[in-house]
Amino acid sequence: MKNKSLVSINDFTRAEHVRILELAGAFEKNPRQHILQDFVVATLFFEPSTRTRLSFESAATRLGAKVIGFTDSSSSSVQKGESLRDTILTVSNYCDIIVMRHPREGSARFASEVAKVPVINAGDGANQHPTQTLLDMYSIRKTQGSLENLNIAFVGDLKYGRTVHSLVQALCNYNTTFHFVSPLELKLPSAVKIDIKQRNLVYHQSTDLLDVIPKVDILYMTRIQKERFSDPLDYEKVKNTYVLHNEMLAGAKPNLRVLHPLPRVNEITTDVDSNPMAYYFTQALNGVFVRQALLASILGVVD
Amino acid sequence: MEKEDLRKELKVSAIENGTVIDHIPSKNVFQVIKILNLSEYQNQLLIGTNLDSNKMGKKGIIKVSNKFFKSDEINKIALVAPTATLIIIKNFEVVEKKKVEVPDYAENIVKCFNPNCITNNEEIATKFTVIDKKELKLRCHYCEKITARNNISFR
Repeated sequence: MKNKSLVSINDFTRAEHVRILELAGAFEKNPRQHILQDFVVATLFFEPSTRTRLSFESAATRLGAKVIGFTDSSSSSVQKGESLRDTILTVSNYCDIIVMRHPREGSARFASEVAKVPVINAGDGANQHPTQTLLDMYSIRKTQGSLENLNIAFVGDLKYGRTVHSLVQALCNYNTTFHFVSPLELKLPSAVKIDIKQRNLVYHQSTDLLDVIPKVDILYMTRIQKERFSDPLDYEKVKNTYVLHNEMLAGAKPNLRVLHPLPRVNEITTDVDSNPMAYYFTQALNGVFVRQALLASILGVVD
Repeated sequence: MEKEDLRKELKVSAIENGTVIDHIPSKNVFQVIKILNLSEYQNQLLIGTNLDSNKMGKKGIIKVSNKFFKSDEINKIALVAPTATLIIIKNFEVVEKKKVEVPDYAENIVKCFNPNCITNNEEIATKFTVIDKKELKLRCHYCEKITARNNISFR
């Protein structure tokens, strides 16, 4: 994976995904290694994202790399009207790898074509966020022992959530049975279902969360945003239907784990946090190990 | 009948050697000229548009003297003129007639329908993979969204 950019989850093969997850496991055991001390990582955040940026910077710093960059475009030359192309060309001179978040879809692909160094996409608009997908895969594999043959439920906003789309795409490689639970207005788009159908995988669509919980190994919760509804009344009707309370997990399989890409608002009540099935904060921690694995392998320090 | 004969006569005999691109949708004649870069063309070039057509109602036609297009070059126009017929003329004779075919890729012809795509916000050539030739569905190389027949427009 040396010098290979990661823009979309499908830029890496299934074998490369597995290798990253294995390496992440090694970094989890030993997260502080000064193997990147000769490298400079640039984090270019054209729009703010505290969580993703800190996770990357933590990963880089714990491996001894120097981190340079900006945290939103108001503090960069973008404000002076510089094109993305020029920014990337210039910054390429100062670093060994670029981690970028940008509000426009396709920006990371374009940057990877312009840059002289590899680019890791940390979110391009509503398109891709592959490091989130890899940390989700890591969390699923770690809690279930394998990625193969699992029953996975996705709950909430399945229409707009890029996290859901990329993870569904990636899980199509592992004979997953999908359970999609959402209000009718926020159903999974048919473009995403094409992948599932092409592989002849089983998927169920439902509006009833409680009915699905006993059937699944992973409950992947997402936030439903009020602004996604054209009629505020429709939002009021469904807003409490997709909130997970602790007692709803009573009928769950013992191996079930609850995942959430965070930030959470009210879709998982805080009484779930102390349930051993709640995994979302550990999931966020796993992001650091996965990003360590990506930085180290793309910079060619590990194979 | 006489009028029809006259029209046919004009259409095929006007050039000695070259290519006639017939049955172009009238509104896209100038797109075809742009895609084939014909505004720079140095030989005889005849352009007709809003001509009566039995098949199409109105149509456009372009006659390019002394030019025989390679198929990957001419197939680019299939996106704007899927109905186009190519007529190859040698010594005033029709030697071949064929249809254009939708290509596998489209570079810098189609505009991405997604307003938030980077190609609509920076100076970047668009690139698409044609994922469905019949329904005309193109996946943007950059934003990965699908531009389809109902929302296609051209650069």
